[in-house]
Amino acid sequence: MSLALVIDIASWLLLSAGGVFVFIGGLGALRMPDLYTRMHAASVTDTIGPALIIIGIILQAGLTLASVKLVAILLFLLLTGPTASNALASASLLAGNRPEYAKALSEEENQ
Amino acid sequence: MYYAVTFALIITMGLALARAIIGPSVYDRVLAMNMFGTKTVLLLAVAAFILGRPDFLDLALIYALINFIGVLAVLEFFQDRAARREDENEVES
Repeated sequence: MSLALVIDIASWLLLSAGGVFVFIGGLGALRMPDLYTRMHAASVTDTIGPALIIIGIILQAGLTLASVKLVAILLFLLLTGPTASNALASASLLAGNRPEYAKALSEEENQ
Repeated sequence: MYYAVTFALIITMGLALARAIIGPSVYDRVLAMNMFGTKTVLLLAVAAFILGRPDFLDLALIYALINFIGVLAVLEFFQDRAARREDENEVES
């Protein structure tokens, strides 16, 4: 088994796993009941999905300028995805939207 | 195998668009827009290798930058609007 074949197999595995994670995150973002759980599902597509897919592509590209650009894209996505999610959650909380479970808890306390 | 990833990405973009269309609040729509932008970046990166044109990676990098700034700008706008509405309510009451 040559090294090129091993790298190919590893990169295909990473790419398929990334595709599966991205699809699961999209499904969760569509099906979850309220904004905060949707955000929880969508953050999977912002962190582990891009990481697996881009590392898979880097294994295919080898040591070239393209992989330097891919690493830059990956670092940028990993920095900005959680930041955008945090800003979105705080904006939504400030606007007065409360999570479903917090509503359920306060109803129980009232009873 | 690139095509399988492309397929998953396009399906996910469709799901994000569905959430953007039915999303009850504006924050759901912003979330869906953010997801759609991330998927676009990944799709561009994969397309660069399917088409054999590595210059697409520059487009992906720029798109990631624009997407982040766009989401923050939209959120800032709606946060200001919500705060202003709260101020008006306090003045009225």
